[in-house]
Amino acid sequence: MSRTTLDLWVGVFVVIGIAALMFLSLRVGNLAGANIGETYTVSARFDNIGGLKVRAPVKSAGVVIGRVTDIRFETDSYRAEVRFTVDTRYPFPRDTIATILTSGLLGEQYLGLEPGGDVEMLTNGDALQITQSAVVLEKLIGQFLFNKAAEEPTK
Amino acid sequence: MSGLSQALRDLGALVTNGVWRLGFAARFFMLLLLYSGQSLRRLHLTVREIYFSGVLSLLIIVVSGLFVGMVLGLQGYETLQRFGSGDALGVLVALSLTRELGPVVAGLLFASRAGSAVTAEIGLMKATEQLKAMDMMAVNPIARVVAPRFWGGVISMPFLAALFSAMGVFGGWLIGVVLIGVDEGAFWSQMQAAVDFRFDILNGVIKSAVFGVAVALIAVFEGYDCTPTAEGVSRAITRTVVGSALAILALDFVLTSFMFRGQS
Repeated sequence: MSRTTLDLWVGVFVVIGIAALMFLSLRVGNLAGANIGETYTVSARFDNIGGLKVRAPVKSAGVVIGRVTDIRFETDSYRAEVRFTVDTRYPFPRDTIATILTSGLLGEQYLGLEPGGDVEMLTNGDALQITQSAVVLEKLIGQFLFNKAAEEPTK
Repeated sequence: MSGLSQALRDLGALVTNGVWRLGFAARFFMLLLLYSGQSLRRLHLTVREIYFSGVLSLLIIVVSGLFVGMVLGLQGYETLQRFGSGDALGVLVALSLTRELGPVVAGLLFASRAGSAVTAEIGLMKATEQLKAMDMMAVNPIARVVAPRFWGGVISMPFLAALFSAMGVFGGWLIGVVLIGVDEGAFWSQMQAAVDFRFDILNGVIKSAVFGVAVALIAVFEGYDCTPTAEGVSRAITRTVVGSALAILALDFVLTSFMFRGQS
């Protein structure tokens, strides 16, 4: 086989390979839609994070606006510190409330942000003051039983 | 008594041979890397090997990728349907292909399609004393014959694995969306939400590159090391296919445990 045909085929091969990689990263991995743009990091402290994991989505009004980057345990306050990044296209007021929510009945847990009314916006490295922990099923049931028991004598 | 000493002697010979071969393989790999510069300067040699290892493997990779994706689509849908989450089919197909099946199955196919051919070629060259003749003419056989085949395999493998995964996703889409009727939007959007570029796709590419190095090295080494007879060449080819398959599966376990351990 002559050298030029060979080079042509190898060129075609490399183009096909790169096209497959592009397909995987853009269509399957959604690299274009992912937040590869500028982000700012915010932290929040929770009493209980439930099943929240690193890389879990951060959503506001159901739209993914960032990702959880780091979860650690703080021995000073015995609470969990969650760090997450938010796309700079979405500024949030300083008194934003962070809540740990679950998508669907058995779905994964994510961090929900509800904007407050402050005129000042969050900047890189800020910490959220108001947080709401994950709902723990055992505690919920315990509370329910306790309330039931308290109701009983009045009947 | 003589039976026992004979058994011990056999065991000793086995271990010595094993260690000797391992040392020879390491030395061979070092020489290979040393002469790679010389060989890559004459790029058309490597391009020719990319043609034989990569381009000629395209058909089998495309067809098997398509069918693996289609089977994943069928079976995955059957199982997911029981839990009422047929929409997650895209996630299942894409994650299993990019993380595991793409690199591993493409690697196994590559070993049997291209690795065996490389071993046969180098083994036959050795059997017909072409390698010795080259040495006599002051042409280094490692730089002229072995290194281009090695790099041809190493370069081809990631492309083939990516193509396999892409074709698999296409096959899954074909069965899931076109044939069964999973919602197209849910198929793609759930897939895109679950598949991470760096974590899933890049790790898959790294895996396939590692498999490429392993398969190409085993193939050229077995060819170079074979007994220069018809029987020796055939044994070397068998060892290439078996050894590559075992190496791929073992390396896959090690890489997976490093890459994906303790994560969702």
